[in-house]
Amino acid sequence: MLEIKNLHVQLEDEDKQILKGVNLTVGAGQVHAIMGPNGSGKSTLSYVLSGKSGYEVTDGTAILDDVDLLDLDPEERAAAGLFLAFQYPVEIPGVGNMTFLRTAVNSQRKARGEDEMSAGDFLKFIREKAKSLKIDADMLKRPVNVGFSGGEKKRNEILQMAMLEPKMCILDETDSGLDVDAMKLVAEGVNALRSEGRSFLVITHYQRLLDHIKPDVVHIMADGRIIKSGGPELALEVENNGYADLLAEVA
Amino acid sequence: MTVASKIAADPRLDGLTVPAGGWPTTARSSALMRLQTMGLPVKRDEYWRYTDPSALVCEAPLPCDPLQTSTPIFGTIDKTRLVFVDGVFDAEQSDNPDLAGVEITRLSEVNDLDLHWAQGLYGKLEEAGQSPVARPLAALNTAQATEGMLVRVTGKPKKPLHISYRQSSKTSEAILHHVIKVEAGAELTLLETGTPGARSNVVLEVDIADGGTLHHIRPQGRAHGRHVATHLFARVATEATLKSFTMSLNGQLTRNEIVTEIVGDDAAVHVGGACVGDGDAFHHDDTVFITHDAVNCESRQVFKKVLRNGATGVFQGKILVKAGAQKTDGYQISQALLLDGDSQFLAKPELEIYADDVACSHGSTSGAIDEDAMFYLRSRGVPEKEAQNLLVIAFLGEALDEIENEDLAADLQSRLEAWFSRHST
Ligand SMILES: Nc1ncnc2c1ncn2[C@@H]1O[C@H](COP(=O)(O)OP(=O)(O)O)[C@@H](O)[C@H]1O
Ligand SMILES: [Mg+2]
Repeated sequence: MLEIKNLHVQLEDEDKQILKGVNLTVGAGQVHAIMGPNGSGKSTLSYVLSGKSGYEVTDGTAILDDVDLLDLDPEERAAAGLFLAFQYPVEIPGVGNMTFLRTAVNSQRKARGEDEMSAGDFLKFIREKAKSLKIDADMLKRPVNVGFSGGEKKRNEILQMAMLEPKMCILDETDSGLDVDAMKLVAEGVNALRSEGRSFLVITHYQRLLDHIKPDVVHIMADGRIIKSGGPELALEVENNGYADLLAEVA
Repeated sequence: MTVASKIAADPRLDGLTVPAGGWPTTARSSALMRLQTMGLPVKRDEYWRYTDPSALVCEAPLPCDPLQTSTPIFGTIDKTRLVFVDGVFDAEQSDNPDLAGVEITRLSEVNDLDLHWAQGLYGKLEEAGQSPVARPLAALNTAQATEGMLVRVTGKPKKPLHISYRQSSKTSEAILHHVIKVEAGAELTLLETGTPGARSNVVLEVDIADGGTLHHIRPQGRAHGRHVATHLFARVATEATLKSFTMSLNGQLTRNEIVTEIVGDDAAVHVGGACVGDGDAFHHDDTVFITHDAVNCESRQVFKKVLRNGATGVFQGKILVKAGAQKTDGYQISQALLLDGDSQFLAKPELEIYADDVACSHGSTSGAIDEDAMFYLRSRGVPEKEAQNLLVIAFLGEALDEIENEDLAADLQSRLEAWFSRHST
């Protein structure tokens, strides 16, 4: 599904290397987790995959089902099936959440040569998805993320993911700042989307999210590289001992 | 020692005479005398610092191709239409003007009709608005205008009154002078739409008596080459309300001046505008002067401009709170969204306050589109142009929110959306 090879990234404005050769392959239907200390480059990886400007890829590739992501505009990557649940969802005053979602869904359909969704079908679809995430009508009407609590923003990300039905979902610290109930809701939202044709890359600091979203593989990222990969037990190890031992191992 | 003065006669005014025609002649002669003292505006005048008035005062209008309109604005809204073609009233294209609650008289037909209410206002609010800043184009208008409507609102008419301008000649000059008197407790919605002429000078004198309300909504004409100067002079009495909103898409040069004096307690004045400018020939200037001379009144100015491809936007806005105008709540915001580095926004927000118990605030910003919001939208699959249009319309939407009537606001909003989808490349 997603194959990242030898990815090197530096800042565009500054001579600072952030990703120093990331290798990562996520198979179809799999859930991979990435853990790692703050500043190790996890968000940068998710941004570079999604096409945010300000970063320069100096080496390496990222392929999503035969599509070379790094050559595409962000909207083309989205249409190719990539989705990023932002660590810090952006507030957009004046753009209604519902308008935003309908525009997004229909833009992607158009880009893929599919028919746009009718207003009626869209409403039915969004109501059903919103309900399972406990997102009320008011949140759909309000401007995108404006005045949303931290938890509401994260649930709104999952709603977008559910509506857009991507193949490859990246979740960047979707659990941070959530209480246990909100986290369960988010995890249920994610689990409801799990399928053979859909893969997840879950960036998190905490084992507890992984109790709910069971990963197939756990990677540890440090200083711009994946320094260790393993099964779910690796997350437990981090939870119990922190990163110090792992960092020492590779040093 | 000699004192430099502007009294030197302006050669451009040589030989200017006033048209005859009933009682307005007196106001015209007085305006001409005032104008001769002021002289026509020149670029070096402080009040024209950001806008070159040359094209508004040169001898002949610069040619402007009339716009081939497709769908008329407010097409689905029931209204009483008064049509002016190239600045001349066209009865045939207009609706029957008998709207209950409103008396309408055509300026060119007043002769010696005894219109007491109008005689006390015609050219008078304009004259009062000449201090502390001279507005020579308005005096020129009073001196020269022979067309316009004198509207007295005595009730609450069921539908809006619509002054609809059309341009048919490439070189027409339209000078229009309207007077609107809203009597105590009366209420009118006034729509003013279209391009009056290749060049136009429009004055609107508005007097709102106690408890009266005027909603004024003005989508200006979209002819690309038009040159427009407008003045709205308003006097607002106790518990009266004035809401005026202007939308400008296209046009080469626009100078919209709004001068309102709040003279009665507990009154409210809301003025706003949304403007979209494209290309380096585009220059749009909002110049607003709101005077608070009563207690417990509220004024709001909300002006937003989207500028691209070298367009220029100007905002000069002032709130003057006179001594004794306690409990004044004055708010002013002017914002520009610059879609490229070639476009510019020049703003001069001012507060002048002589009362101690007031709450006044003003702010002015200009900036580029929010890149984080752009990326967020694009990462959801929204193409770049469409994402930009969404953000731009959201930005202008905060100005459109000032319009109370949702149907009218929705119509303006759809105009904006259509403009941006036509002009996206
Ligand atoms: N746009 C940027 N400008 C400056 N520094 C950046 C930028 N993006 C990332 N960095 C730096 O790159 C490193 C990795 O950051 P990030 O990817 O956010 O890490 P993580 O998500 O793992 O905490 C940090 O040192 C961070 O300060
Ligand atoms: Mg991060």
